[in-house]
Amino acid sequence: MIEIDSLLVRQVIENGKRVDGRSLDSYREIVIETDVVTSAEGSARVRLGDTVVLAGVKVDVGTPFADTPDEGVLMVGVEFVPLANPDFESGPPREEAIEVARVVDRAIRESKSIDTKKLCITPKEKVWMVYVDVDILDDHGNLIDATSLAALAALRSTKMPVLNEDGRVDHEKKGTEPLPIKGNPLCTTFVKIGDQIAVDPSLSETRAMDARLTVGTFEQDGHVKLCSMQKGGPIGLAVEEVEKIIHMAEQKGAELRKLLK
Amino acid sequence: METKLVRLDGRKFDETRPIVAEVGVLKNADGSAMFKLGNTTAIAGVFGPRKVYPKHEEEAERAILRTKYNMAPFATSERNRPGTNRRSTEISLVTRQALMPLIFLDEFPKTAIDVHIEVLQADASTRCVGINAAVLALADAGVPMKDLVASCSAGKVGDAVVLDIAGKEDTEGELDLPVAYYPRKKHVTLLQMDGITDGKEVKEIIKLAIKGCEKIYEEQKSALRNKYKLEEAY
Repeated sequence: MIEIDSLLVRQVIENGKRVDGRSLDSYREIVIETDVVTSAEGSARVRLGDTVVLAGVKVDVGTPFADTPDEGVLMVGVEFVPLANPDFESGPPREEAIEVARVVDRAIRESKSIDTKKLCITPKEKVWMVYVDVDILDDHGNLIDATSLAALAALRSTKMPVLNEDGRVDHEKKGTEPLPIKGNPLCTTFVKIGDQIAVDPSLSETRAMDARLTVGTFEQDGHVKLCSMQKGGPIGLAVEEVEKIIHMAEQKGAELRKLLK
Repeated sequence: METKLVRLDGRKFDETRPIVAEVGVLKNADGSAMFKLGNTTAIAGVFGPRKVYPKHEEEAERAILRTKYNMAPFATSERNRPGTNRRSTEISLVTRQALMPLIFLDEFPKTAIDVHIEVLQADASTRCVGINAAVLALADAGVPMKDLVASCSAGKVGDAVVLDIAGKEDTEGELDLPVAYYPRKKHVTLLQMDGITDGKEVKEIIKLAIKGCEKIYEEQKSALRNKYKLEEAY
C-alpha cells in the first residue's frame, strides 16, 4: 500500500500538484484552540489538516542548572501516543519523537523568546521550571510544525502559578501573570520530492519524500529572523534548494504567526 | 590602517583547526578510523554488511544502516553521564541521514551495516568529527559508496562569521551551523543550526561551512591513500 501511495504522490507532484489538491506553498487548514486542559498552566490543541496534537504546560519550582544559576528551565517533550498511528508503540520515546521535541525546543530556546533570567526566583536556589509536553493524538504528517504551533500557543496561554508560604506551588490558586514570551518562534517544514519543494507534508508525502528541511523563524523588531534548522530524510539537498526553502520559510513563518495574533 | 583579524586561538576566520585522520585503527571492526579536529577526537568502527539481529529489522530490498553516536564520560571537562540521552539519540539519527545517501544499500539486501562512533575528546563539532571518522571507517570496511562525505561547522562569534568554531567560541558564540556535504553531487546531507541570523547572512555561513567540508574531504582522501597506497614496484 505504502509503495503505491508514494509512487502516486511522486507522479502528481512532478507537475507541481499535490494529491490533496493543495498548491506547493500552502498549509492545510490550521485550527488553534487554547486553554483546553484545566489542570495545566497553559494548553493548546492544534489541528493541522487531520493531524491533531495537544500541548500542556506545567510550571513548577526547581533548582537551576549549575552553569546557569540565575536562569529558569524550559523543556519540550513529545509523546507519540500509540492511538495516533498504527506504527506507534508504547514505551520510551523513539528517535523520531525525540527529534520532534528537540527541533521544537531548539527554535524556542535559540530565539531567546523566553527570557529565562526572568524565570529566576532566587539565584542558585530556586527557579521556575517550564515543561511543555505535547501529545501527538492523530498523525497525518508534519508533526514538527503542529507541535511547534501547539507548544507556542500553550506557552502564550500560560499563567504562572502562585507560590504558598513554604515556597511551593499552590495548586488551589490560579495564577494571573502570563509567562514572559515574545517573538513567536515557529518551525516551518518543507519536503523535497523529486524536483519539487512543498510545505507542510502530509503523511503520504512524508513517506514519499527525498529530503526534509525545517527552518525556525521568529520576529524581532519587525523583521523575520532565523533561529534554527534541521535537515532530515534519506537524500541530500543542493545549496540552491536550501536557499529556496529558507526564503519560503521566512514568508510561511510570518503567515503562521498571524494565526496566533 | 590595516586591522588584523584573528580569533581567540589565533586562527583566521575561514580556517579550520588542525586535522588528523587515520584509517584502520582497530583490529576487530571490519573498518575503522580516527578523526581529529583540534581537540575534538572521535573514533569510528564499522561492522557489516552482516546478518540483522533482531530479525524483524531486516529489509528485503536493501541493507539497513544503523548508527550509534556515543560520548565517553571523560570527553568533557565535567564528567558526562554514560549511556544514551536525548542529545545522543538525535545525533545518531542525523548522522545516519548524513551517511545514508552515500551508501549503495540496495546492493546488500537483508543485511545490516553498523556504524559506531565514540567521541573520546569533545571540544565542539563532535557530530561533524564523528561523521568524518564514520565515512572513513565505512570506506575502510570496503562498503561501496558514491563518494565520501565531509562534515564541518561554521558559526558566528559576535558579528563575525567564522569556520569551525571551538572552545570559547562554542560556549559563548552566537550561532553554530554544522553541515555534511559530498562534493561529487554537491549535496548537503546534514544541516542543522542553532542561533539567530537572517536569510542573507545564513547563506554566507552555509557557504563557509561547505568550504570547510571541501578542505576536510581532501584530508580524508589522503588518509585513505596513506592506508591503501600501492607498494612500490619491485
